[in-house]
Amino acid sequence: MSTPRFVMWMTWALVLGMIWTVVSRVQPESAQASPGSVAKEGFTAPDFKLGLLDGGTVTLSELKGKVVLVNFWTSWCPPCRKEMPAIESVYRSYKDLGLVVIGLNLTAQDSKQAAASFVQEIGVTFPIALDLDNSVGNLYRVTALPTSFFIDRKGVIRSVIVGGPMSEALVQSKVEELLREGE
Amino acid sequence: MYPYLRLGPFLLQMPLLALFIGVWIGLTFIEKESVHQGLNKEKINNLVSYGLIGGIVFARLGYAAQYVSVYISNPFSLLSLNTNTFLPSAGLVFGTLIAIGYGYRQKLPFRKTLDVLAPGLAFFMIMLGVAHLLSGNAYGSTTNVPWSIYLWSEYRQPTQIYEIFLALVIFTLVLTHMIPTIKPGSQFIQFFALSATARLFIEGFRGDSATLFDGYRTAQVISLFILIVCIYLFRNWEERSEHEPSFQ
Repeated sequence: MSTPRFVMWMTWALVLGMIWTVVSRVQPESAQASPGSVAKEGFTAPDFKLGLLDGGTVTLSELKGKVVLVNFWTSWCPPCRKEMPAIESVYRSYKDLGLVVIGLNLTAQDSKQAAASFVQEIGVTFPIALDLDNSVGNLYRVTALPTSFFIDRKGVIRSVIVGGPMSEALVQSKVEELLREGE
Repeated sequence: MYPYLRLGPFLLQMPLLALFIGVWIGLTFIEKESVHQGLNKEKINNLVSYGLIGGIVFARLGYAAQYVSVYISNPFSLLSLNTNTFLPSAGLVFGTLIAIGYGYRQKLPFRKTLDVLAPGLAFFMIMLGVAHLLSGNAYGSTTNVPWSIYLWSEYRQPTQIYEIFLALVIFTLVLTHMIPTIKPGSQFIQFFALSATARLFIEGFRGDSATLFDGYRTAQVISLFILIVCIYLFRNWEERSEHEPSFQ
């Protein structure tokens, strides 16, 4: 292919590209405009309802309008234990601004007693949900611990952090970003 | 999709590994091309290394700048290995500026240096597609074409596979100098124009595009602009018989 021919091909690509840009616009009724419910950034967080460690239940869909951090953990996982104080500290600082943290214990891989003892040891004040049959863990495709999902006020997953421990700065920056959007 | 590999207590991020391989092998191609084009291999290596390191540092600083109070109270978090606290745009801009600054100081010939970078960058683009395939990012829109893939609970266009295939074609064209050029810089422009064209067409099949007004996809608009600039530069650089400038 000679130089003039390359320029000619690129000019054709430009013209066709312009047409394709118009034709392939994102339509308001398209799937991209209203993403489904999948545990992935950009999609609506799959709903769940779980019992809490100290009684009562939590339903994710009822928390719309708030920034939610769902942290999957077990008491035997060292990075989960290490990052819990950072999450607790951020929760205390931002809960009045609309942050909700759900510490989601994969109880099927842990035990209720071990979870309760760890929560007491750290002094965790946010709600601890118990996934007794791993159904929520499977729904969220949790393959490594800890895994954290940062969910915005519309219920859309904005960040997924797999592995840890997360630093306080990381948790704080992700939470601040989502809280600022509601201002 | 295979985002993580557990190695005992460690969790290896496969997309990150693909990008690392892309940089590593890409650098090998850049070294070979620098020898082929008669440029100092060490200086080209330094240019790329400084650009990469500067890019990483400024991507972290750029992210921290958005949350100044957070990082002032936790300054050691700037050194965190977590890849979720980077601002890629800041890294790209400052990494490029640092590389240009080094080229300027070393009086490297500007266009010839760009040509030397082209095969390495073309290889990196293949591995970027592989990283997208492994992570499931850059996914396609829902479709019922026979070659669709099941991803994120829907049958989707296999945009990551399109991306890898086109990047392979571009890499082959660039590496083998299949499109003849006369003047320095034209090989790089070819790579840039072909990559912009590939992105322009693949983007239309994506299911996660950022949009501007009226549903126009941002990446397509940027690609069109790049294509126009490339056509102008290609004609200009190929047709004008001028002395090749250095970074100065």
